[in-house]
Amino acid sequence: MIHSLFLINASGDIFLEKHWKSVVSRSVCDYFFEAQERASEPENVPPVIPTPHHYLISVLRHRIYFVAVIQSEVPPLFVIEFLHRVVDTFQDYFGVCTEAAIKDNVVVVYELLEEMLDNGFPLATESNILKELIKPPTILRTMVNTITGSTNVGEQLPTGQLSVVPWRRTGVKYTNNEAYFDVVEEIDAIIDKSGSTITAEIQGVIDACVKLTGMPDLTLSFMNPRLLDDVSFHPCVRFKRWEAERILSFIPPDGNFRLLSYHVSSQNLVAIPVYVKHNITFREGSSQGRFDLTLGPKQTMGKAVEAVLVSSQLPRGVLNANLNASQGTYTFDPVTKMLTWDVGKINPQKLPSLKGSMNLQAGASKPDENPTINIQLKIQQMAISVSTVTRWPLGGAKCTKAPPHMTPETTPLAGYDSDEASLR
Amino acid sequence: MDVGFCLRSEAAGAMRTALMSAENLQLTLKAEPSQEERALTHTKRGPEETHKAGNEDLKEMLESNKESLKLEAMKRVVGLIAKGKNASELFPAVVKNVASKNIELKKLVYVYLVRYAEEQQDLALLSISTFQRALKEPNQFIRASALRVLSSIRVPIIVPIMMLAIKEAAADMSPYVRKTSAHAIQKLYSLDPDQKEQLIEVIEKLLKDKSTLVAGSVVVAFEEVCPDRIDLIHKNYRKLCNLLVDVEEWGQVVIISMLTRYARTQFTSPWKEGASFEENNEKAFYASDSEEKSERTEAEAYVMDPDHRLLLRNTKPLLQSRNTAVVMSVAQLYWHLAPRHEVNLVTKSLVRLLRSHREVQYIVLQNIATMSIQRKGMFEPYMKSFYVRSTDATHIKTLKLEILTNLANEANISTILREFQTYVKSQDKAFAAATIQAIGRCATNISEVTDTCLNGLVLLLSNRDETVVAESVVVIKKLLQTQPTQHSEIIKHMAKLFDNITVSMARASILWLMGEYCDRVPKIAPDVLRKMAKSFTAEEDIVKLQTVNLAAKLYLTNSKQTKLLTQYILNLGKYDQSYDIRDRTRFIRQLIVPNEKSGALNKYARRILLAPKPAPVLESAFKDRDRYQLGTLSHSLNSKASGYQELSDWPAVAPDQSVRNVEVVEPVQEWAPSVGKTKKLKSDDKFYSDNEEEKAEEESESSEGSSSSSSSSSGESSSESEEQSSEESDKTSSDSGKSSSGSEETSSGSDSQQKKKKKTKKAPQKKSKTAAASSDSDENGNGPVVKDSSSSDESSSGSEDDSDSDAAAAPTTQQQKKSDRKPGPKVKSEVEVSLLDLVDFSPAPTNAPKGPVVSPSLLSDLEGLSLSNTSSTMQVTAPSFGPVKTYELLHHMTGKGLSAKYHFPRQPCLHQPGMVAVQVTLSNGSDRSLEEIHVGDRSPASLNIHCFNTIERLEPEASVTVSMGIDFSDSTQAANFQLCTKEDGFSVSIQPAVGELLMPSSLSEQDFSREQGKLLGMNETSATVAMATANASSQAVKQRVLSVANVGEVPSGQDVAHR
Repeated sequence: MIHSLFLINASGDIFLEKHWKSVVSRSVCDYFFEAQERASEPENVPPVIPTPHHYLISVLRHRIYFVAVIQSEVPPLFVIEFLHRVVDTFQDYFGVCTEAAIKDNVVVVYELLEEMLDNGFPLATESNILKELIKPPTILRTMVNTITGSTNVGEQLPTGQLSVVPWRRTGVKYTNNEAYFDVVEEIDAIIDKSGSTITAEIQGVIDACVKLTGMPDLTLSFMNPRLLDDVSFHPCVRFKRWEAERILSFIPPDGNFRLLSYHVSSQNLVAIPVYVKHNITFREGSSQGRFDLTLGPKQTMGKAVEAVLVSSQLPRGVLNANLNASQGTYTFDPVTKMLTWDVGKINPQKLPSLKGSMNLQAGASKPDENPTINIQLKIQQMAISVSTVTRWPLGGAKCTKAPPHMTPETTPLAGYDSDEASLR
Repeated sequence: MDVGFCLRSEAAGAMRTALMSAENLQLTLKAEPSQEERALTHTKRGPEETHKAGNEDLKEMLESNKESLKLEAMKRVVGLIAKGKNASELFPAVVKNVASKNIELKKLVYVYLVRYAEEQQDLALLSISTFQRALKEPNQFIRASALRVLSSIRVPIIVPIMMLAIKEAAADMSPYVRKTSAHAIQKLYSLDPDQKEQLIEVIEKLLKDKSTLVAGSVVVAFEEVCPDRIDLIHKNYRKLCNLLVDVEEWGQVVIISMLTRYARTQFTSPWKEGASFEENNEKAFYASDSEEKSERTEAEAYVMDPDHRLLLRNTKPLLQSRNTAVVMSVAQLYWHLAPRHEVNLVTKSLVRLLRSHREVQYIVLQNIATMSIQRKGMFEPYMKSFYVRSTDATHIKTLKLEILTNLANEANISTILREFQTYVKSQDKAFAAATIQAIGRCATNISEVTDTCLNGLVLLLSNRDETVVAESVVVIKKLLQTQPTQHSEIIKHMAKLFDNITVSMARASILWLMGEYCDRVPKIAPDVLRKMAKSFTAEEDIVKLQTVNLAAKLYLTNSKQTKLLTQYILNLGKYDQSYDIRDRTRFIRQLIVPNEKSGALNKYARRILLAPKPAPVLESAFKDRDRYQLGTLSHSLNSKASGYQELSDWPAVAPDQSVRNVEVVEPVQEWAPSVGKTKKLKSDDKFYSDNEEEKAEEESESSEGSSSSSSSSSGESSSESEEQSSEESDKTSSDSGKSSSGSEETSSGSDSQQKKKKKTKKAPQKKSKTAAASSDSDENGNGPVVKDSSSSDESSSGSEDDSDSDAAAAPTTQQQKKSDRKPGPKVKSEVEVSLLDLVDFSPAPTNAPKGPVVSPSLLSDLEGLSLSNTSSTMQVTAPSFGPVKTYELLHHMTGKGLSAKYHFPRQPCLHQPGMVAVQVTLSNGSDRSLEEIHVGDRSPASLNIHCFNTIERLEPEASVTVSMGIDFSDSTQAANFQLCTKEDGFSVSIQPAVGELLMPSSLSEQDFSREQGKLLGMNETSATVAMATANASSQAVKQRVLSVANVGEVPSGQDVAHR
């Protein structure tokens, strides 16, 4: 299984290493650096790299490479999934997963890694269990510890380890019992030059933040579960119940977790909430190009389109861009040729536009294709997976097994949607 | 350091020496003056201090007396380790702290030890005794971590100690410790492969473990140590299949891949002959049909082994896992094991994974690429999911392209080609080039579009980007080769472009085309050769070689025009730097230029050089990857990784399937008596297996729910419900047992209950009585049934669900005896055990009920009891009990004369209602009297034991029976405590059998079935009762059930269903 782990930052320094079996020299990472050099971009480093005696499996997140060294056959997804889980745990513990945060908390990181794997096989990856073993560092706790001499390390086996609900610790108590569910849906769409949709997929997740006392057993029902084409659950959801009744029944973990993610079949067409008018031309012969982009809302059910971010990779020949944004700010990176325009909120009365000219390299020929435009946007309180919002299946959560005096306050919707469309 | 040195000379030997020297070490160090203050000033020094000095400083801190200083020092040491700096010289200073009380300090020392023990073997021995001591700790967590560290210290000398520790831990009460021991097996194996045989024994034992916690880890150990010992799996196969859903996700991955391998050796192929033939349209063919139907059509030719089916069915829900590795492993299982038409099940889930992280996408796409070559239909409906996005990484794009190409067929080719047109324009040139190749493949595979593709590619020849052009040329060359007839125009066009193309591969391709088809372009070819002659020296090797080829071919076909040119080129080649080219030149010259020395070859030169060449086949790079198991590292790399286990071919004839029949289930203290499945039973099992399996799963799932929910409510509501229940019982007792309090709550009954009811037929309602237990659960209203009537602080189903699968067998046994008349009711009888606690019971013969003494909540129970006696409808009376089973607690050999046996008298505990009564018989087998026998430390600490009074004196050969109350908290966790005499203490443990935890109470059949409905799957536990089919009397059945569980019988109007 997993032999060793190296953490490598963007500049190619190994800043943390951990071995679960015998020590593997860090020179094994040279093969990784080779592959890194060959790749034009950080993302292009192949996830699986064979070396004469080991295999390197890496993931890149937050500009840090997590490189696992393995020695023999193991499903690569197993390792990849685990590495992502490690990153998630770090994020959970330190808020961010940056090189600085890891270096500051190197002892906690080490303790965590020690608990997460035994002999290279995952031992405890459930955040609730880990938090019982090693308490996340907070300023308050650090102070208390220095005064009282107590430690961050638990002495008892976490209750979850032995229980059939390993994701929940026992003895949870809250004065305010509350549960929040966020429904986040994303459209991923590719739209062609003329504005017609080539492909669009809807992907949704329900993120929950549950703060309930004891061992609550929740059920969540959908008004229209048929829409959910394919789902994946947090282990707490009882699968049989879903199969039989299409009801989510579960004992939630304590705190934040992703309850389910689903996929809405791509067969039914999706209404894209914005349109783009674009005119990007390069004149033959002259070193000038015109850039003209206007965004407008469409089919948003009266909801405001927010957090709009436009980015485009301009052709390599472009030297500079002199543009004028009617709203928001734009930046152009002359090295990567990346144009980013942070639009913000779209006002239907006054449509945002970005106009101006581009300077081309002298003597460079006219680029033969138009750049791809990526648009990201958010719409609060709208569900895209159904044609009308009123039909959006939110049955609300009801707490069926809470102690009698408890009336969980359930706020079923803080949903927002995020679209990502690329136009070409 | 001298201490360390002298140690090195002696420590290698026995443990004892090491221990003593450890003491010495500590002593010497204590003699030294405390360096606290100095150390304090040291800490404030900057980190830019030299490495060496820093370590000195750390050493002092570690040797100080202050805990906080040590901790601080250890933290810095760990920091050094993390950075990969060498901190090994601190070893002596660190290792002393291994026995520290501070748990965090201890953990950090463990980290250090594991890292450096291999380098400092002798010194590492100092720590061993600490671990050995910790292995005996009552705290399971400490035991486990001690074993973890002990086994991680790679010092060959301690192999025997490790072996011993592993063996002990494998028999530990705590599943967590057993899990750790499974991990330790692998560590020991990698340290000393000679231990294999012994380790296999431990693995064999652990494989039998029923805890979900252990299952994953032990399979990992199995895979590492003895993957070829497939025989060890037979007996555990069904158990593993049934446990799978509840195993933690990482274990699932390993178990699934192991089971895949297993299944390939044990079952016959479900892929019938000609399956590939109908593959393409099979999707449409089966789309409307239900799974069952298609199965039936197939059934004529092939009957799937029920175990094979079991595996497929139990893995299917895991496709919904959030863990991508689990989903992938299920997908590969279906790919390798499922009948062809069922494989499509996995498609959706795989497509879903494409939304995950980039690295996940990469692996999943690779696997889809392999799958899509063989089974286009599987992914065709999801073609659009494989459209390339501008934000994808290059390797993802290439894989998507690969898949799109594999999916292309006559129907969708136009869409795909349109998509490809966009890709060609991509700014990522490597990707554009890959797209052109993909177009080439589409063109060869689908003859309808060959011309379109060719035209498109020719257009690309005028592209500005030279990589695109070059790639087009290469692809066009390949395409032309397949149909060279009418394309002289294209060749001419390419000849014109020749001057502008600089990529050598493209130039070489054009030259080759010219030579090959020089008869179609008779005017242009010599001209191209002329140009090449001029630039020959400046060309790349590959171009030179093709120039020589072209010259040779032209010489043969058109020697008049090109003779001189050819000679010129051959002369240039003769003196080229590259020996390849010199070689080729020499060869060509001998071949084509006739001279006196040249032999027979000359005559054949034309036939050699201008032989018609077969067109290249453009295939997927993933063509041959299917030789590897999907989802493996080897598949991903397309080369065999070390440790890769080949997937064997299906056996032609299935090996004996009876090997999987579980014959002996129980270790002595396990509650399930042995299961003797007869052949007949087996077939029966098959027949019902569908139902049962589902059932079992349901049970285990909901038992999770119930256990946790009851424990959650217990905190706040237990006192409440206690009150209520006692009230309730008062009421009922006054009611003279005619009204059932439970009936008010019937509304909470679910559908399943009704279903149950239907099956029960109209059972005559002979009596209605209320049980405190049922009323209690009803108060909660939500169906969690707290097993014991009065209180339950915590209930965990523990290993209960383990036996679920066995449960299925029990009712079947009973049924079968009832001559298979009604297959329906069996489902119901299965629930029996769960409900048994609601059923009245007759007390054990030894003890008459002591009604007045017991607590109020028990009152109702007994009330019910007496009622049942008076109404005389109770069929079960005292004699129906089997012999009371006695378990050994302490053997007189280990107990220095004191021996103890215990049994469950099956009477309510007098001390506290929640407790289970245990009668312990203590006897003195020694020749002197034992004094002050009492109960000492207990674990888990939360365990509530009502001890017996200290026995002052126990004479030799005398024995005394005492009763204790133990609150098992509704779990089957063993109660560990110490049995102490004046001089000694012995650790003993009482392992409760589930049946003994139950509290019997009485109720009518109607009530019973209602409760049953509510309970469904909550607290179910079951076991298989072994019984010869011959003595099929209902009495016998009862007796067997009673012998294992503390239950009573509900009078039933229906003799088929025994409860």
